[in-house]
Parts: sequence; C-alpha cells; structure tokens
Amino acid sequence: MKPEVILHSFGYLTRAAGVTVAVSFAGIVFGFLIGAAVCAARLSRRRWLKRLGGTYVSVFRGVPLLVQLLFIYYFLAEYGLDVPAIVAAVGALALSSAAYQAEILRGALNAVPRGQGEAATALGFSGLDIWRRILMPQALKISVPPLINEFILLLKASSLVSVVGIAELTRVSMNIASQTYRPFEAYVGGGLFYLAINLALAALGGLAERRLARASGR
Amino acid sequence: MNLDLIWRYAPSLISGFGVTILCWGVGGALGLLLGFAITLLNRLRFLPLNWLLRGFIEVFRGTPFLMQLFLLYAGGPSIGLRLGATTAGILGLCLYSSAYFAEIFRAGFASVPVGQIEAATSVGMAPFDTLIRVTLPGALIAAVPPIVNMLIILSKEMVVLSIITVPELMYQVQTMAAETFTAFDAIFAMAVFYWLLVETVSRLGARLEARVTAYLAHEESAA
Repeated sequence: MKPEVILHSFGYLTRAAGVTVAVSFAGIVFGFLIGAAVCAARLSRRRWLKRLGGTYVSVFRGVPLLVQLLFIYYFLAEYGLDVPAIVAAVGALALSSAAYQAEILRGALNAVPRGQGEAATALGFSGLDIWRRILMPQALKISVPPLINEFILLLKASSLVSVVGIAELTRVSMNIASQTYRPFEAYVGGGLFYLAINLALAALGGLAERRLARASGR
Repeated sequence: MNLDLIWRYAPSLISGFGVTILCWGVGGALGLLLGFAITLLNRLRFLPLNWLLRGFIEVFRGTPFLMQLFLLYAGGPSIGLRLGATTAGILGLCLYSSAYFAEIFRAGFASVPVGQIEAATSVGMAPFDTLIRVTLPGALIAAVPPIVNMLIILSKEMVVLSIITVPELMYQVQTMAAETFTAFDAIFAMAVFYWLLVETVSRLGARLEARVTAYLAHEESAA
C-alpha cells in the first residue's frame, strides 16, 4: 500500500471530479427538459402521445445505460456525424435520465390534491393559470428531493462514459492506475472522490427536504 | 441486421447469455444473503458493529459499480486478492447489491407494526418464535416489491461486467461487432433484446408481487 499515490495525483483527481460533476449536471439539465416533455406527453389526452411517452419511458428504463451509450456513439458514427464523444456521453445520460425524471414529475403532479385544480377552476382561473400558479409550483417543490436523488444516481452512472474516452473520474483513475502500477490506490482515490461528492449531495438533499417540509407547514 | 451473422455467432451469444444469467443468479442470491445477514447483525445493536456496517453500506451505495469492479479486479492483486474476471464480477455484484438489499430488509423490518410483536409476546410466544413466525414473514412480504425492483436494476448492471472482460452477453456482442464491423447493428439488437428481457422480468415481478401481497388486498376489502 502506498497512499501517497493518491496524494500525488490529487490535482488530476480533483479536475476529473469536476468533469464528472459537469457531465452529470449537463445530463440532469437536458434530461429535465426532455423529461418534462415526456411527462407532458404521458399526461396528454391524445392517445398516441400518451403511448409514445409510455414507450419512451419503458425503452429508456429497460435498456442498460452502457448499451444506450454505445448505441448513440455508433449511431452518430454510422450516419457520419463527426461530433466529439462528449456529445454522445451527455446525450446518453440526458436521454436515459429523462425517462426517470419524467416519472418523478408525473408522480409529483399526481401528488397535488385534485381539489386544488378544481377549486382554481371554480374561482375562474384559466387553464394556463392553473398550471402556472397552482400545479407547477407545488409539483416542482415535491419533486426536488427525488430529483436530487436522481442526480446522485446519474453521477454514479456517469462512470460509464469513461468507456467512450471522456476524462472523468473513472477514466482518470484508470490512467493513474496504469501510469503508477498502483491500481488499488488509484481506484480507492477515485472512489473516495465519488463518495465525497455523493455525501455532499445527500446532505444537500436532506437540507432541501427539511426546508420544504417547513415551508409547507408540515 | 444480418441474420446469417447471428446464426454464425449463435454459440458464443448463447454462452454469453448463460454467463449473464449465471452471474445475475449467483451474484443476486449471494447479495440477498449478505444483505440479510447485514440487517440481522445490525439488529444486535452492538454500536461499533453498527458503525462498521453503516460505513460498508454508504461506501457501496455511494460509489459507481464500475469503480468497485475495477478495484476488485485490477486493484485486488496488490492486496493479495487474485480473482478471475467472472469471479471478480460475481463477488462485485454480491457486495454491491448486498448494500441495497440490506437497506430493503431494514425497511421491511421497520414496516412490521410494533403491535403485532407486542401481541405475540402477550400471548406467550418465545422471542425466537416471534421473530420466525411474526416479524420475519411481515418483513419479507414488505420487502418483495423493492427486491424485485433491485433484481431488475441488477440485470441491467450485468452489461457493465463486460468492461472487466467477463464473457457475458454484452462482451460477446461487442466481440462479434468488432470481428464483423457491424457495431451499430449488433448494439441495436442488444438493446432490443434487453428491452424485451427487462419488460418480461418486470411483468413476472408484478405477478409475483400481486401474489405475495394478495392477503393485503383481502384485508383491505374485509375492513
């Protein structure tokens, strides 16, 4: 055991951790946008849209992320789109996360008591106003803790993008392992960084949950 | 997609599927056992042991499965742990899933109403009998839906094993793709195959859930 290997590569690992956070954050943000659209499709009254949203969720939750990632990677190559690997990486994370986020949003919207929408209608709110002022604010609030949880899951899943050559934590740990011939120390170091980020995120999630509980007076 | 190609590679694809099922079954079963053991040990309320197990759970839930595999497979030899790829894969699956299963069992035990345990004690049941006949059945039934869910998640983690060269399905598909320059088609077929597999397992899981929780619906309709 040579723990100093971790200390020597601390700078590399810190920068790689930044890449991991950035890639996952981009995945979460784009995933949220796509997920909101998928959720809207699932809640739509048009049957074909509903079915399309349902199929999206079932496919992207049913196919392993690594398969999705390689599929997008080879898909771009097959059709001659010369884009950097980072596009495939963020794209795969976003598309996959969108399926989970769509379900989180749907659950949150369902958790808003029906009576509130009905009360707003009775008071003469327009459909758009009900969405904007009654349903959305409450649903977003309810979905904050599960969204932070989803961010933690995505951060761990982002280790898979090392396969297409993105220099994030897992990839950099591999590089350190092969440069120093000290794989054990290198992977322990990388793992500690993941652990630290996730514990920080979990603490943030706990804080958000308590804040929201207090704000809604429960 | 060239069906001829799949036919030619059928033996290696079938053996790959066999390895996937083997790793899933053995890794998942060992993970369930270890997770259950962790939960039981935690119930002893011996503080240092509780902290140790809490640390174990946090580490294995807080780091990516791929990192854990690299640490076991590549880092293992430097602490005297030399494992083949498949053994490392199965051990990794067991450790990783046991952390999640332990949390599932803990929640299961917590869901058994205290009143039931008190009632069992008041009619003169021995503590061991209470555990075996009251607490455990209630806890296990509550744990079935999340266990099924976790097993489905685990079935998707199986493809990650290909990265440390476990000869499972994804590994064989990528070998085929590399030898025949059909990366796109092969991965597409893999995606379709996995989707069907996960859909089927989910449906079967839903049926199993309905079966073991049937008495709950009965209780509700009686009330």
